[in-house]
Amino acid sequence: MSSLGDLYQEILLEHNSKPRNFRTLDDPTETAEGYNPLCGDQVTVYLKIQDGVITDAGFQGMGCAISKASASMMTQSVKGQTLESAGHVSDAFRRMMTDPDADLDYDALGDLESLSGVVEYPSRIKCAVLAWHTLNAALDGRGDTVTTE
Amino acid sequence: MTDSAPSTPGGPPAAEFDVARIRHDFPILDQTVNGKPLVYLDNAATSQKPRSVIDAVARYYETENSNIHRGIHTLSQMATDDYEAARSKVQRFINAANLEEIIFVRGTTEGINLVAQSFGRANIQAGDEIIVSAMEHHSNIVPWQILCQQTGAKLRVIPMNDAGELLLDEYEKLLGPRTKLVSLVHVSNALGTINPVKTMVQMARGYGAHVLLDGAQAVPHCPVDVQDLDCDFYAFSGHKLYGPTGVGVLYGKAHLLEAMPPYQGGGEMIKSVTFEETLYNALPFKFEAGTPNIAGGIGLGAAIDYVNDLGLDRIGAYESSLLEYGTRLLSDLSNVRIIGTASQKSGILSFVMDGVHPHDLGTILDAEGIAIRTGHHCAQPVMQRFGIPATARASLAFYNTREEIDALVKGLDRVSEVFG
Repeated sequence: MSSLGDLYQEILLEHNSKPRNFRTLDDPTETAEGYNPLCGDQVTVYLKIQDGVITDAGFQGMGCAISKASASMMTQSVKGQTLESAGHVSDAFRRMMTDPDADLDYDALGDLESLSGVVEYPSRIKCAVLAWHTLNAALDGRGDTVTTE
Repeated sequence: MTDSAPSTPGGPPAAEFDVARIRHDFPILDQTVNGKPLVYLDNAATSQKPRSVIDAVARYYETENSNIHRGIHTLSQMATDDYEAARSKVQRFINAANLEEIIFVRGTTEGINLVAQSFGRANIQAGDEIIVSAMEHHSNIVPWQILCQQTGAKLRVIPMNDAGELLLDEYEKLLGPRTKLVSLVHVSNALGTINPVKTMVQMARGYGAHVLLDGAQAVPHCPVDVQDLDCDFYAFSGHKLYGPTGVGVLYGKAHLLEAMPPYQGGGEMIKSVTFEETLYNALPFKFEAGTPNIAGGIGLGAAIDYVNDLGLDRIGAYESSLLEYGTRLLSDLSNVRIIGTASQKSGILSFVMDGVHPHDLGTILDAEGIAIRTGHHCAQPVMQRFGIPATARASLAFYNTREEIDALVKGLDRVSEVFG
């Protein structure tokens, strides 16, 4: 197991204590809710999509530092992106969480790279991916609550 | 169960309890996890097994593995004798009046489901009421919700105060002529509260209601006498009592069990079968369809022997002193709040820490070799009652030490550092 410092990196802790885009949107075009039944973590993702671009993104919910930081960095990362490039980041993040040896596009991941340590803690991977499952549901226009199970 | 730990005037109970020697009986405790000595504080989830239990299970498989009750050969007789001896040990352990009142099941959950589907469907109708408490494990909520859906009965819930104690005056108000069954947790897994179940059984009796007690967290820590409690059903699991997983016990009063229809059909539970008619077997076998967990039953018998040798009164007294020590240390931490502060408590320390989610806390403690449980503890209504998503829970057993509580507190300092 890697050291705790690899998991709880400074930047992750900073996003946990001061999450970005931690708000509802007044006029979201897409909203989705995510839930992890194992631990009770819950997140709602709000997106405003105009002409194929995510012009605004926000989230609300409660969860651990990893799930909160992941959601915070996610909204930061996809805001202003086309749907296609948001899908690219989402795919890169998913691969970072499932394959420790994956060849990743670190430019696209940006701060999200700080979550790479999570892959060494199998019980915590679901915390990191909850917001992303929810983002994908929002992008697909699925209204149902998605779960990590 | 006594309401408080027995005191030994003039003598130091903790000193008489040789924990260092006892720990040698549990092979799993002697190891490092993530480079640190294992501190196992997740006993309410499952307890560790003494060498004698592991040996009993191994001996069964190595020397007498065979199917029981109908075998004509020697091994089958040996296995049957050992399995039935375990049933007798359970009977004496909880002081049941009759051997046939001891039904082996998979665990507490199956015991409760058995009562819900057999006793419940035969005796509970639309308009009847079933009472549970606000601190039940999901396994003592969902089976009754299913029964209510099937029958049209209503589920009522006894509320609790901020300390995690049930409100008996509210319970009294819920009881009435419609109350058919009260199903209560003896000791709360999420809060540690020891409920005054004997009084609560008597109160239900006044309305002719039957009572089931969920004893999963009670039997490992204090003496239980089902005749003294006068409950109709009592369910518990082997694996929380230092025995194997996959075996548990449902106690039921004989006259009730006699009148109840079978829970599952199959082999073992029949007297004779034709395509026209099946005659059911006598108790307890009527409720034990299929080949049971033979090794598990024998292992549970060995676990009961082990606990009896130590003495549940001494176990209870030692664990109480450990709980008191842990409560004092956690209370001294300004950023920690204990959830569940009932005056009568078993060895459970549920808590939350300012600004730190329990899962992060659990991961950091794990890196220090400390195993605790984090989450809702299969008691989401309890979390809702306290307005929190989850807690961290350290749960004690008699092989834990003050040094391990110190390690927990040191681990919490580390959590504060990381999240500082």
